[in-house]
Amino acid sequence: MKDEVTREERIDSLKGMGCSRKRVEDARFTQGKGNYVDDIKLDGMLFGDFVRTPYAHARIVSINTEEAMKVPGVLAVLTAADLEPLGLHWMPTLAGDKQMVLADGKVLFQGQEVAFVVAEDRYAAADGIEQVEVEYEELPVIVDPFEALQSDVVLREDLVGEGGTLPDGAHGPRKHHNHIFTWEAGDKDPTAEVIAEADVVAEESMYYHRTHPCPLETCGCVASMDKVNGKLTLWGTFQAPHAIRTVVSLISGIEEHNIRVISPDIGGGFGNKVGAYPGYVCSVVASIVTGKPVKWIEDRMDNLMTTAFARDYHMTGKIAATKEGKITGLQCHVTADHGGFDACADPTKFPAGFMNICTGSYDIPTAYLEVDGVYTNKAPGGVSYRCSFRVTEAVYFIERMIEVLAIELNMDAAELRRINFIKKEQFPYTAALGWEYDSGDYHTAWEKALKAVDYEGLRAEQAQRVADFKAGKTRSLMGIGLSFFTEIVGAGPVKNCDILGLGMFDSCEIRIHPTGSAIARLGTISQGQGHATTFAQILASEIGLPADSITIEEGDTDTAPYGLGTYGSRSTPVAGAATAMAGRKIRAKAQMIAAYLLEVHDNDVEFDVDRFVVKGAPEQFKTMKEIAFAAYNQAIPGIEPGLEAVSYYDPPNMTYPFGAYVCVMDIDVDTGVPDIRRFYALDDCGTRINPMIIEGQVHGGLTEALAVALGQEIAYDDMGNVKTGTLMDFFLPTAWEVPNYETDHTVTPSPHHPIGAKGVGESPHVGGVPCFSNAVQDAFRPFGNRHTNMPHDHWRIWKTANDLGLHD
Amino acid sequence: MIPAAFAYYRPTDMAGVISLLQEHGDDARVMAGGHSLIPMMKLRMADVPHLIDLQAVGGLSGIAIGSGGIRIGAMVTQSEIIDDDALSAAAPILREAALQIADPQVRNMGTVGGNVANGDPGNDMPGLMQCLDATFSLIGPDGVRDVPARAFYEAAYMTARGDEEVLTAVTIPLPAGGYAYEKQKRKIGDYATAAAAVQIVKDGDICTAASIAMTNLSDTPIFSEAAGAALIGTSVDDAALQAATDAMQGDIDPSEDNRGPVAFKKHVAGVVLRRAIARAWSRA
Ligand SMILES: Cc1cc2nc3c(=O)[nH]c(=O)nc-3n(C[C@H](O)[C@H](O)[C@H](O)COP(=O)(O)OP(=O)(O)OC[C@H]3O[C@@H](n4cnc5c(N)ncnc54)[C@H](O)[C@@H]3O)c2cc1C
Repeated sequence: MKDEVTREERIDSLKGMGCSRKRVEDARFTQGKGNYVDDIKLDGMLFGDFVRTPYAHARIVSINTEEAMKVPGVLAVLTAADLEPLGLHWMPTLAGDKQMVLADGKVLFQGQEVAFVVAEDRYAAADGIEQVEVEYEELPVIVDPFEALQSDVVLREDLVGEGGTLPDGAHGPRKHHNHIFTWEAGDKDPTAEVIAEADVVAEESMYYHRTHPCPLETCGCVASMDKVNGKLTLWGTFQAPHAIRTVVSLISGIEEHNIRVISPDIGGGFGNKVGAYPGYVCSVVASIVTGKPVKWIEDRMDNLMTTAFARDYHMTGKIAATKEGKITGLQCHVTADHGGFDACADPTKFPAGFMNICTGSYDIPTAYLEVDGVYTNKAPGGVSYRCSFRVTEAVYFIERMIEVLAIELNMDAAELRRINFIKKEQFPYTAALGWEYDSGDYHTAWEKALKAVDYEGLRAEQAQRVADFKAGKTRSLMGIGLSFFTEIVGAGPVKNCDILGLGMFDSCEIRIHPTGSAIARLGTISQGQGHATTFAQILASEIGLPADSITIEEGDTDTAPYGLGTYGSRSTPVAGAATAMAGRKIRAKAQMIAAYLLEVHDNDVEFDVDRFVVKGAPEQFKTMKEIAFAAYNQAIPGIEPGLEAVSYYDPPNMTYPFGAYVCVMDIDVDTGVPDIRRFYALDDCGTRINPMIIEGQVHGGLTEALAVALGQEIAYDDMGNVKTGTLMDFFLPTAWEVPNYETDHTVTPSPHHPIGAKGVGESPHVGGVPCFSNAVQDAFRPFGNRHTNMPHDHWRIWKTANDLGLHD
Repeated sequence: MIPAAFAYYRPTDMAGVISLLQEHGDDARVMAGGHSLIPMMKLRMADVPHLIDLQAVGGLSGIAIGSGGIRIGAMVTQSEIIDDDALSAAAPILREAALQIADPQVRNMGTVGGNVANGDPGNDMPGLMQCLDATFSLIGPDGVRDVPARAFYEAAYMTARGDEEVLTAVTIPLPAGGYAYEKQKRKIGDYATAAAAVQIVKDGDICTAASIAMTNLSDTPIFSEAAGAALIGTSVDDAALQAATDAMQGDIDPSEDNRGPVAFKKHVAGVVLRRAIARAWSRA
């Protein structure tokens, strides 16, 4: 039979990789038909909420729950004393520390959970909270990590041994009672020598402020303990449902098969929903105690003040170079403020995440990094905005150091980057701090970006602007922000990446139905990334069935294969690879079935888009749809019925997406108001699965980057009060504040990934923050500015101008 | 963010409102658009056991423009101000200012009466009304009285309005000359870092009248008579601008907050006022 449909048409009809397929999720999201945790309503469901401390550091003298118990609708008030017999008043953190579930004798940060009020509804719970009487004895508050390392005040008495000795922490010896760990990478002495002997050394200290991703949906859960069959079901805003199941089992003693964790639709995660929070534990306990389902949902202030923050890194660097601008060495020290508990979610062997990617995109032969983690009276976390991996901090650090070095050398910062990029032919490239970059072509991306924005023209315009400013013709300055970033994503190889001993592989299980449609389940969970769309596209290309005929399901631990979840841009690099590999297993079996049906040898058929054809005789073929049916209705000698596969993928290496960003900004010197005139973003995330989704991810990530660079912060006063606990003061940009983004790309596939894809979700944040910040700093460079700290909100920009005498 | 329990009333006439206010005294509050009051209740910063909704009370709506002036009912929303073309022709500064308040959703609910009665120094309309020399009409158990906007504000959340009084309307003399409402804020939906309302009258090249009020730079709006006076009789040249901003600086008393320290706010107040005067002058 003659095939009427062209090969191109067959490819198009699959909507496979490379197609800007519309997001299948959007039909329900845009119609208000999503199903979020707070949409879950069960018969007899109760509501729990926390009494939180107004003090950042205090001893708890007493807690009186009597009046609260009298509030109509209040059923129980849990305190640490109630959890202690169960061993649940403390819980392990993902970083190897432990954390109070409810205040055990003291509190360590404002907003810390003190008691859990369980009531018939959230209104009664709120009224009950008001009636819990807690007597506090205030203790000295430390919000500065440098002060913490000097202070006699002990924040964590539980970590001090007999007679004031300091037992080792999870990451080795501790220097002081408020010290958590020291982590080193690279060569200390050789780096010091290079710096001592260098032609030019630029030195700078910078503070990457504490911030928060503020997902639209806050954190929450519903715990339902079925006392009849002993099964616990836990719905929650979990970015890593399987890891949560294991953690819940380990700390509660409930066998893992009796726990079902379900992540329904999640309204944004950004790392904020990776960790285990006291709300989860208390809801589970409350459900066990009451025998009823218990819901806990944070309000906005709870979310901003207590759940996983990002950053809070004080970084000091030295960068050495020859007179010509060739970088010879880099040194970095970080004082990392982790808050009251170390609740980061870094891989076990990396207490400062992948901060050792801080040599960036440059061929720096010698480098040394040292990070000191410190306790303070601030909220724990350090997970969000890819904070556990610390890549954003690393890229900010190196991209600022490059700018400062350019000032020191009196050189153009674009040229300085060009001189120092790792060259295409150097890949795979082993960096001084240990990582093996899989692939890259930085020069091509850089030249493309500079050409697209007419970099030379911009510099000429800027020079004219400076002249006009000096002549009193304008009060506006122009900044050109450059950034070139290398990401490290797809954690990660089990040999060096685990969390709580769980290897960071991921998984996919596929079932092909007899009529040629399919369901695939993954160990990841979308929080808006569009997995149901893109993973179906990967499979469509791999197994030749239309993406529209493939259901993607995630988030239910009873049905999905084990995986470590979605964060750190790991879904495509790891679960995407598992998907492709599982697809290839399907294809391998399909090949045998096809050969049998076509009555030829297995090796005589080959895959072609949506079918197997007899080699050399393409008119003889069996479509995947036909093969699927045959798998279920034919007795094929030597082949089991059915068409299913599962793959657990342990990546051989990380992937290293990269990109080149340019921001053009006008700054009103008198008011400190910046105006982003242009933003150009070139991303290379390897093979592009769905260009439209990539563009959406880039727009979203850049907007977060803009927020962080220009105003978003979790600020504390000296008493440890959070000053930015509502959206009035916590900066969330709207369409009004956001510029028009221009996106672009190059494609350098990952050589070790089955489909060459690298991950893109976090790139724009990683690369965007330094780009916006560099634009602000660059505007003031002609007037002697070297570095000012973010966030560059109006008054800080104004202060930069003021300090440079531009208002005189 | 759940408010304490409260009783909700929805009277249909003013007598009903006033008798509830008399009955519950301090424990009662009227609610207009609710977009300042409800957030305060949810934060449990305002304790309102008796909440009296004004939505069903007659006689508080409508915009009337006459030869003597403009009357805006207390329940007129900020969106209605923006959408009313006749009002914008008669007093264009109202639209310019209203467009800089919050966002469309808030403006669809928030009212003129609520904005001026609230007493929050961050609200934009109190300064605006002082600039326009508006009069607020109040009704209470003892009848009706008028209070000039320039004499209404005593301290943050403290106004000349008695606990048992309701604001029914704002009356504005028809403004003349050029106008400008200039506001610096951190983002859409933010209160002012500094804002200036300016009405200015030009005769030939000379300024013959000028009215200036500043927002969020003290615990009340600041009507700066001296700043206006500094412009009158001048050609609004650089020296006059300097004199006006200097005079304004003497009247404001900003405090530090997340928007920035005092020095910054004073500086921005000067910049914002200069720009407002320049724009108003160009339109005069
Ligand atoms: C996100 C957000 C951003 C905002 N940004 C701005 C801004 O930039 N600029 C700005 O000016 N405002 C801003 N607002 C406030 C908004 O304009 C409010 O709507 C306004 O301040 C109050 O008007 P309302 O009708 O909502 O009053 P309500 O909230 O109902 O009442 C406010 C107060 O006034 C009293 N009151 C109301 N009506 C009367 C009356 N007729 N007689 C006596 N007392 C009365 C109430 O008892 C209450 O104490 C913002 C609000 C939000 C939520």
